[in-house]
Amino acid sequence: MTYPDGSPRPAYSHISDWLKWSTLDRLRQRGAEAEVLFRRLGITFVVYGDDGGTERLIPFDVIPRVFSAGEWGRLSEGSTQRVRALNMFLHDLYHDQEVLKAGIVPEDVILANAQYQPQMQGFNVPGGIYTHIAGIDIVRCAENEFYVLEDNLRSPSGVAYMLENRQVMMRLFPELFSEMRIAPVDRYPDILLKTLRGVAPGGAQDPTVVLLTPGSYNSAYYEHAFLADEMGIELVEGADLFVADNSVFMRTTEGPRRVDVIYRRIDDDFIDPLAFRQDSTLGVPGLLSVYRSGRVTIANAMGTGVADDKSVYPYVPALVKFYLGEEPILANVPTYVLREKDDLAYTLEHLDELVVKEVHGSGGYGMLVGPASSKAQIEAFRHKIIANPSNYIAQPTLALSTCPTLVEQGIAPRHVDLRPYVLSGEETIVMPGGLTRVALVEGSLVVNSSQGGGTKDTWILEE
Amino acid sequence: MRIVVRHRTVYNYDHAIRYSTQYLRLTPRSNPSQRIIRWNVEGQGRLTSWTDGFGNHTHTLVCDEIVTQIAVSANGIVETSDLNGVLPDEGILPIKVFLRPTPLTTADAEIREFVAPFQEQARTNPLEVAHSLSQLLIERIVYTEGSTHVQSTAAEVLKYGRGVCQDMAHLFITCLRALGMPALYISGYLYTGDEEKPQVASHAWAAVWIEGLGWVSFDLANKTCGTERHIGLAMGLDYASSAPLRGVREGGSETEVMDVQVMVTQAGYAQ
Repeated sequence: MTYPDGSPRPAYSHISDWLKWSTLDRLRQRGAEAEVLFRRLGITFVVYGDDGGTERLIPFDVIPRVFSAGEWGRLSEGSTQRVRALNMFLHDLYHDQEVLKAGIVPEDVILANAQYQPQMQGFNVPGGIYTHIAGIDIVRCAENEFYVLEDNLRSPSGVAYMLENRQVMMRLFPELFSEMRIAPVDRYPDILLKTLRGVAPGGAQDPTVVLLTPGSYNSAYYEHAFLADEMGIELVEGADLFVADNSVFMRTTEGPRRVDVIYRRIDDDFIDPLAFRQDSTLGVPGLLSVYRSGRVTIANAMGTGVADDKSVYPYVPALVKFYLGEEPILANVPTYVLREKDDLAYTLEHLDELVVKEVHGSGGYGMLVGPASSKAQIEAFRHKIIANPSNYIAQPTLALSTCPTLVEQGIAPRHVDLRPYVLSGEETIVMPGGLTRVALVEGSLVVNSSQGGGTKDTWILEE
Repeated sequence: MRIVVRHRTVYNYDHAIRYSTQYLRLTPRSNPSQRIIRWNVEGQGRLTSWTDGFGNHTHTLVCDEIVTQIAVSANGIVETSDLNGVLPDEGILPIKVFLRPTPLTTADAEIREFVAPFQEQARTNPLEVAHSLSQLLIERIVYTEGSTHVQSTAAEVLKYGRGVCQDMAHLFITCLRALGMPALYISGYLYTGDEEKPQVASHAWAAVWIEGLGWVSFDLANKTCGTERHIGLAMGLDYASSAPLRGVREGGSETEVMDVQVMVTQAGYAQ
């Protein structure tokens, strides 16, 4: 929030004054009120790995994160550029594979990748869009130094927090919203629906859009229900849909109704038991055949996971140049690719300084944060790396930016990241805001909600 | 060789079913070794056709009436020719896709150990390796009707040393892929009889990619390569992606009785 000399950045000048005038007690009281509001909304998150998967509230911090219009301009352009390139990459992978022929990405990184979906080969998705909804995770390390940590192109979650955090903040601090010009985010559901309707298979006049959820046991079920409700569309499970006459239908009390667009929040593996996992009861048997016949749109497309896999991440800046002929606006975190000998040797020498990630993992599971790990943990991880080097990438621990956060000791700096949401349809739109995740433990760099992270509202100041 | 195929599958259920969907990969692929003269797929319910990512001509069959029996049939005439079991690649998918393991074709420690002696030669003379491997497996795996279920994995087949054509194909493919040799699974028909007594079978075999030559097929169950007696229906990474019939249903009893009749006759011999 501040310059090295301690003075607040322009974007934060108002918040800085506000914090000076607010007593800790008042902020704590607002924090407690926020919790009551969230409980009433029922917004919870299931944490895997705990016994039985416990459902809990993600901690919310009442002190917002603020970006100036200028800062945001760059983030927004950079995210758009990245998503455009990744979408072209997916189209290329599932058609002529020029990118492999040109040697930009090694063949086996794609073809041996379980996320590369042969069933998508040679098929033209409606509107040419694969990544209708993308979440780009960004960290800041200095005033003008932003890095993309990862791309989320399958079914990124968290947008419900962006929307609800804002609603809660507006109720708790209405005065700040009248004193500052903060870009609204509440149009997200409308824009999402417009995006989805815009990619309906050709000819659909008044397309029917549904949200397909794996059900109430899913960690993000709350968000599925919330978004369906906000968009005014049906929230369906696999059993509510069926295939007939080369179309997808939804069972309704008034009889079957044809579905044009499925905003799916279930994984590829489970989406059609006749094509993928046979034991899946979550999907729609026959869906692949309707999809490949161009008679239903699935958002995001099947097979997008190959483009956000951590093994592909190191190549994304090169993809931006290859497809767009532009310099990447947002940089990658410098990354060691452990399938490369030199990178592996370096990493094994510097495990105590690096963050090592599984290439196919997500959600902060299966990673080593060197500086925060014990000798024993590092040694245990070393064995895992040596056993299968190509399963890992490594990155330097970044000096992540901090944001003032209300903790037990008072207001203290805590590390944050940011996930803006990029919608691609007839046009590409970045919502002016996003999900700011904050590592609540002092010094911690892991912001994942599954690992004890919290959230903050994200404010983009309008000029 | 001109082969007439009459293939009928009947599912009988103890209790009525309300709805079922199936993917039918029952249309022969067109390639230099087989030409479709006439072909027709029929099923009880509504059929639509499409092409899957592997280039297989597929039908989706939806039956939403209350029934206790569903019948599916494929009938037609195919002209085959003997190309010594070698076919060119059709360019639908990159060949290296056929290196990836699937749940049915994942090499475990035992398979990796089994193929280890071929590691070196796989790079210098892959065709020789394919022949040696197929010979070894033919000796090692006892063809046993009914010894496996559809979902036996390659690792299980090697471990128990028994299997049907599909199991032998899975194991062979898994071994080849473990050696870095692209291999695919083919489901189809095999004509085994003569004009006196036309013998018939649904069948499965495998093919391995040999650079400079093409996809070389191996039918381990019959100790042969692909011949003019083989008709390929679908290809894929394993049985799961190229099964002639794959379906789900709502209702019905747990045990479905399947009755398959395949008739392959050689046309023209009678004249």
